[in-house]
Order: sequence, then structure tokens, then C-alpha cells
Amino acid sequence: MTTLTDTVPANTALIDEARPADLPRQVLVENDRDFDWITNKICGIVEAKTPTWWWIAFTLSAFVSLFTVFGIIYLVSTGVGVWGLADPVNWGWAIVNFVFWIGIGHAGTLISAILCLLRQKWRTSINRAAEAMTVFAVVCAGIFPLIHVGRMWFAWWLFPIPNSNAIWPNFRSPLLWDVFAVSTYGTVSFLFWYVGMIPDLATIRDRAKTKIRKIAYGIFAMGWRGSNRHWRNYEMTYLLLAGLSTPLVLSVHTVVSFDFAVSLIPGWHTTIFPPYFVAGAIFSGFGMVLTLMLPLRAIYGLHDLITQYHIDCMCKILLATGTMVGYAYMMEFFIAWYGANDFEAFAFVNRAFGPYAWSYWIMISCNVIAPQFFWFKKIRQNPMIVWIVCIFVNIGMWFERFVITVTSLSRDFLPSSWGYYSPTIVDVFTYVGTFGIFMFLFLLFLRFLPLMPMGEIKAVMPQADPHHGKNHH
Amino acid sequence: MSASSENNGQIFALIAEFETPGAIMSAAEKVRDAGFKNWDVITPFPVHGMDQAMGLSRSKIPIVAFCGGLTGFTLGMSMVYYMNKVDYPLVVGGMPYFSPVFPFPVAYELTILFAAIGSIISMFLFNSLPMHHHPTLNYEQIEKASNDRYFIVIESTDPQFDETKTPNLLKDIGGNNIGKLED
Repeated sequence: MTTLTDTVPANTALIDEARPADLPRQVLVENDRDFDWITNKICGIVEAKTPTWWWIAFTLSAFVSLFTVFGIIYLVSTGVGVWGLADPVNWGWAIVNFVFWIGIGHAGTLISAILCLLRQKWRTSINRAAEAMTVFAVVCAGIFPLIHVGRMWFAWWLFPIPNSNAIWPNFRSPLLWDVFAVSTYGTVSFLFWYVGMIPDLATIRDRAKTKIRKIAYGIFAMGWRGSNRHWRNYEMTYLLLAGLSTPLVLSVHTVVSFDFAVSLIPGWHTTIFPPYFVAGAIFSGFGMVLTLMLPLRAIYGLHDLITQYHIDCMCKILLATGTMVGYAYMMEFFIAWYGANDFEAFAFVNRAFGPYAWSYWIMISCNVIAPQFFWFKKIRQNPMIVWIVCIFVNIGMWFERFVITVTSLSRDFLPSSWGYYSPTIVDVFTYVGTFGIFMFLFLLFLRFLPLMPMGEIKAVMPQADPHHGKNHH
Repeated sequence: MSASSENNGQIFALIAEFETPGAIMSAAEKVRDAGFKNWDVITPFPVHGMDQAMGLSRSKIPIVAFCGGLTGFTLGMSMVYYMNKVDYPLVVGGMPYFSPVFPFPVAYELTILFAAIGSIISMFLFNSLPMHHHPTLNYEQIEKASNDRYFIVIESTDPQFDETKTPNLLKDIGGNNIGKLED
């Protein structure tokens, strides 16, 4: 380059003209903050006095989570008759809620694993909270299949453990695949979350002022000391976990969709289900990530770490996945007609215009229409509107699972066995209570654990580059 | 707690502080070239390219992860084979007792589970963690090491270690606040 310009000075202007423009890299941490600021900001959240709003929110969520506790106690002591399930609809809210919560979790894994493999550096400031969200969403999801088995004290029969009947589980059943998929997902997500937290726990330990704090964080920090000999193995493990979580997250919702797709019910028995469920899961999960992160950003003043660029990226993912989900809705209709199967065609016409049409159109407007607002930059730049759209996405994705589960079951092959399903108050309370459980766990996470991966944020900042400030060419 | 000042304990290592990733990087290259073996770099985040600067080989964890995955897959398939074909043959829809297709999701999930657990356990084993009593953790400035400063630790067990020459080396390569870590 230098030799060229030195020997042929006349060409300099031409070369400058022909050279592609230097596109500015998006700044991931705004206002030119240094490492110390980041450490103080994130550790400060954990070290500061417990804020009043936290106590109010914590008490409220603890109270709401009691709804689920009492719902389950009532269910177990009385019987599954307390739910709205009745022939022909024997899969109701429990399965809807299960798929809803599992889906929420998927964005956390997407952010931490898939975006890590794709080297999307903007993931660093949101991945910890999103992973926490995943773990807590799986906790909420896990409640439902457990209580849905009816006699939940026999739920352990689902696992390949020798029992007094001497019968092993039937491994041909997608419900059993689900047991393996969800328990693996829960375990790996938790471990991934924890391993990612170790260096940050060590930071909090090193800063601890009291003995108890030092010991408590010290135990979980595993004696981490930032040694590069450790970082070498640690980074490899992190990369492997990202590589393993990626096929895992895709398989989990695929297996969840098999619960439906492997049956013979019209409207369920479709091959589009796995990709459609995965896209929907990521869509709903990002909706939940933004629902949680936008208020946190405002409360803790994290605007330099969760920048407009981060919000933009997430809105665009919502737009893309929302549109994919819309495409899947259309394609289901097309195949129902093109497949020339009367039952299949009826199932879909019934969804859109039958007794549950209200839920279908709630689903369409929340999932397909609402995210289309994100085409506009003005809307993406208004956190309030983004937050409201995300609430619609959360609602819409719950209704998607409701539409799939209930409409197909309520109108099956024989009109004589048709029915109409409505939940009971026990269904409603058990479900609402899971939001309490989710918030309860999330608030504890906010209070005691590092909200963002400090090490990872520092590592993607320009100052972290050993060649920073030197000539790159 | 007991660095530099008191000298009654056994010296574990010398420690020197550096300001920037660039400084620690070139310093690490010089320590490597001086032929030291028992030494380490302490950084608040993984510094890109430090493994080469320290002359470290590639991590062996992928091997363990692969073995874990293989174990998981074999375990999944053989578990289903034993349970649904050998121990209690289960007739479902007149289909064969075993085929590699239907247990695949189970074997697949176990592959991932075992590979993930294998890589995490091996990470702890290879790093000798948890270890809460390492002398580096008693260094009074350790708080900086997980914030925004970078350190080189040269252990006294290194054959090249010399109580007078090594501090000078650390000073020459740009280290500040050179101190001693005690056992």
C-alpha cells in the first residue's frame, strides 16, 4: 500500500476513491466508558442497598406465586376434575402453558449460544439476563407436565428407573422424548449460565467488604483468579457449550412440536411444526427479553450498555421471526387446501372462522401484525412503544399455543363428540401464579447475581484489543 | 494478606502489574522467550492472542467433550435396546422391538448432556478448580485483577527463577508494583 502510493503518487486520488468506505462499527458501550466504570456499574447493582421498589416487587411476586402453590394443592387434593378438561379436549391450559414457557426460554439460549457462534458481539450485554430468563422459564414450564400427569406422585415413572411394575417407559412416545429433551435443556442451560457467571462472581468476591459476602461469593466463584491458563480452558468450554446448546435448543422445541405432530389429529399432524415451533419460540423469547430488559435499563440506568443499537437488533429479530411465524400460518392453510384432505381443510377453516375464531384473530394480530411496526426506525427508537409491542407478542404467542391445542381437539373427526373447552378459575390461577414464580426468581437474580457478564463486555470493547491504538494496516 | 513487607514465609512467586492489554501481551511474549515455565498471566477477561503470547497449546477439552458425547449416544441407544427389547419387550403397534430411529431423540439429548457435563467437569479438573487457597488470591491488589489491571506471576519453583534477576526482568518488560506472593 505505502509502496504503491510512494511510487505512483498520481494514483492516490483514484485509490482513495475506489477504496470501499470504512463503515463505522457500532459502538457497543456508549460514552467511552472504561473497564472500571463497567465493574462498578454492574457490581454496584448487587452491592447497593436493596431498593424499595425491589421489596415491593418481590413481595408482590411472592404473593402471586402462591396462586400456583394453592392451585396445585387444590388440584392434588381434589383431582384433575378441578381443571376445565373434558372430552374431547383433554389437553388444555397445562400443555399451552408448558409450551409457552419453554418457548420463552429459547431466546436466552439463542442469545447466549447461537449469537456467540455467529460472533454477534452485541449479545454480551443481554446474554446473562436472557440466560437467567431461560432457566426460570424452564422451571415454570416444568411444573405443568408434572401436574398434568394426573397422579404426579407417579411422575418418576417417566424416567427409566426400575419400578415395582417392572415395565420400562415406551421410548416410541414423543412425550418421553420430551422428558429427555426438557431435562437436558434445563440442566445444560443452568450449567451454561453458571459457568458464564464464575469470573463475575470472582469479581464480586474480590470487591466484597464483609467476610460473609466474601465466603458466599467465594464458594460459587470456585476460586477463580483470572489466570490465563484457566481462561484458555474456560473459553474452550464456553465455545463448546455454545456449540452444544445450539443443536439442543433447536431439538427441544422440535421435540415439543412432535408431541403434536406425531399424533393423527388434523391440524397437528403436519411436517411444518418443528421449524414453525422453533421460530415461534425465538419470537416469544425475544419478546420476553425486551419486556424484562427495557424496564431494567430504565431503572438501573444501563443506557450505555444496552444501547439503541441493541434494541434495534432485537426488534429486527422480532420482526424476522414474527414474519416467519406469519408465513407458517399461511403455509398451514395452503397445505390444508393443497393436501386435499377434508379433515385437515376443515380443521383450519374451523380455526379461523369456528367457535375459537376470536383466539385465532388475537394470535394473528399480536404475532403477525404487531411486529410489522418494527419496520419503522421511529418506532424502534421509542422504548415505550417497543415494550408495548412486546407485551402483544407475549400475549399472541400464548394464544398461538392455545389455538393449536384447543381448536384441533374440540372439533375432531366425529361431530357427535365435539365440545367447547373453557378453563376454570383453578386453571387461571395456576397459570397466573407462574408469572409470580418467574418474577420471584428473576428478582432474586437481580439482587444477588451479576446482571451482565462483565468479562465478556470488556472483552468486546476496543480497549481490550492488545493492538488497540496501533496502526491496523 | 501477607505480600511484600514480611519476609518470613516461603516466597511463592513474584507479581508485576501492567496497565493495558497491549503491555501485558508484549511482556508475556518476553517472559515466554526468556524460557520461563511456571508462570502465569492474570487478566480480568480473556485477552485475545494471549495463548500464543504465553506459548500455550490448544486446550484439550474438546477431546473430553467428544468422549462424553460418544458415551451419551451409546448409553442412550443401548439403554433403549436393553429396556424395550431385552428386559421387557414392548409391543407397540406391531412394530419391531428396536430400531435405531425411534430412540434417536433420546440418544441425541444424552449426547449433548454428556458432552456438556464432560466439558464442564474437565474444565474444572484441568484448571484444578475449585481451589480457594491459591497464593494469588491472597494478593492485596487482587481486586484490580478482576477489574482493569493485568498481572504476570512468575513462580519461585521455576528453574529460571532468581530472586534478584527476575524482579529486574519484570521491571524491564514494563511491570509496575512488583511484589512477592507468599505461600
